[in-house]
Amino acid sequence: MAIIYNIKNYFEAETIKEAAGLLAEKPNLTIVAGGTDVLVKMHGGRIEEADILSIRKIKSLEGIKMLQDGTISIGALGTFSDIAVDVVVGGNIPILAEAATSMGGPQIRNIATIGGNICNGVTSADSASTLFAFNAVLKLQSSQNERLVPIQEFYLGPGKVALKPGEMLTEILISPENYTGFSGHYIKYSLRNAMDIATLGVAVVCKLKDKNVFEDVRIGLGVAGPTPIRCQEAEDFAKGKVISLETIAEIGKTAVKAAKARTSWRASKEYREHLVQELTQRALKVAVAKAGGGEIA
Amino acid sequence: MLRKISFKVNGRLETIEINVGETLLEVLRNRLGYTGAKKGCGVGECGACTVLIDGTPIDSCIFLAVWADGKSVLTIEGVSEKGELSGVQKAFVDEGAIQCGFCTPGLVLTTTALAAKDKQYTKEEIKRELSGHLCRCTGYQNITKAADKALNHSKKGTCNCHKQTE
Repeated sequence: MAIIYNIKNYFEAETIKEAAGLLAEKPNLTIVAGGTDVLVKMHGGRIEEADILSIRKIKSLEGIKMLQDGTISIGALGTFSDIAVDVVVGGNIPILAEAATSMGGPQIRNIATIGGNICNGVTSADSASTLFAFNAVLKLQSSQNERLVPIQEFYLGPGKVALKPGEMLTEILISPENYTGFSGHYIKYSLRNAMDIATLGVAVVCKLKDKNVFEDVRIGLGVAGPTPIRCQEAEDFAKGKVISLETIAEIGKTAVKAAKARTSWRASKEYREHLVQELTQRALKVAVAKAGGGEIA
Repeated sequence: MLRKISFKVNGRLETIEINVGETLLEVLRNRLGYTGAKKGCGVGECGACTVLIDGTPIDSCIFLAVWADGKSVLTIEGVSEKGELSGVQKAFVDEGAIQCGFCTPGLVLTTTALAAKDKQYTKEEIKRELSGHLCRCTGYQNITKAADKALNHSKKGTCNCHKQTE
């Protein structure tokens, strides 16, 4: 049987201004970029009918670049395939390429966008835990206003984000103080190696002093709560500590305190907490090695 | 809501009025008769509906037909050359990489896109690149062998995808 999605009205913007104008006029428009979330929701009946605003043709939302002050700017339309091979990402925040490559399969990565991944608001978003760890800031645009929102404040709950009616995400920004000198590692724990949703996602970035002290550590978790989260207490504990197996074990243990995991068919709460503790340690060890740290004793 | 679109399928220009809610898969199969793209899961997980858009593999079941406007689409019907199987197709036949055949068009197309790139692929890379395709018959061994043969051990440049994007 042929499926025709119930798209009552379809608008296509070619500039941000045009899109913002349409959104101001018709705040009920569903924004579509790659469509890999919206169309799947329509297929499953979670969205029965929609007025669609396609932003696919907005050229200024494409591209990943380094701004003059060293800030990395990722356009909302950047696909996961774009991010996986981008030289700015690969040279400065390669952990984001690791996370991007873990998402879906090749055909999905060719279409799905990082902006859509974030605005969809799910805790399992493969890009989100890494962007949390880099203190990414989101640029939101409406016809009247442009504002910057830290990604930690953007996620309000499952499927809920801080976009106001009439607003759209245009850019993801990572400032130099948040990535310079940091090494990182992302672990996606899932039952299959491809085409699967994370049971847990752990993104760790760290900066070392004298190769044996944690100057800074940031830990972003996906699926450890209703939204992606950071592990503030564990991060505070880590700062200034000499790197050892004991320190790393304690960081892993403390990271669990931030988790608000729940039981789902994928995994129980207890299992997810175990994963937080274990995978935080594993990711941290790899991140330390990448940062040029000595052997951890 | 209706929209008129023009796009190339296997090098041939198609102009058609579509409903904006129609997927590319529906339009290819039910309106234009390109039934080589298969409908499997309908949600972009199985890869049976894979076609190449300007040389890039996508799941046509979650790609609106209106987005194909102005683009070049390659379906399995356009892979052979002058009635001869392409190198990728031959490799799939030679290695017995086909059982029921439902996943085959998608796998051949993704492999064809890979063959257009001038590079060698490790076994791990082949597995990763083909991971968006589910095959419920074979266990994948002969599929990855066929892809390895096509990508690493035979003459490349045997696909149409470059020609039709010009």
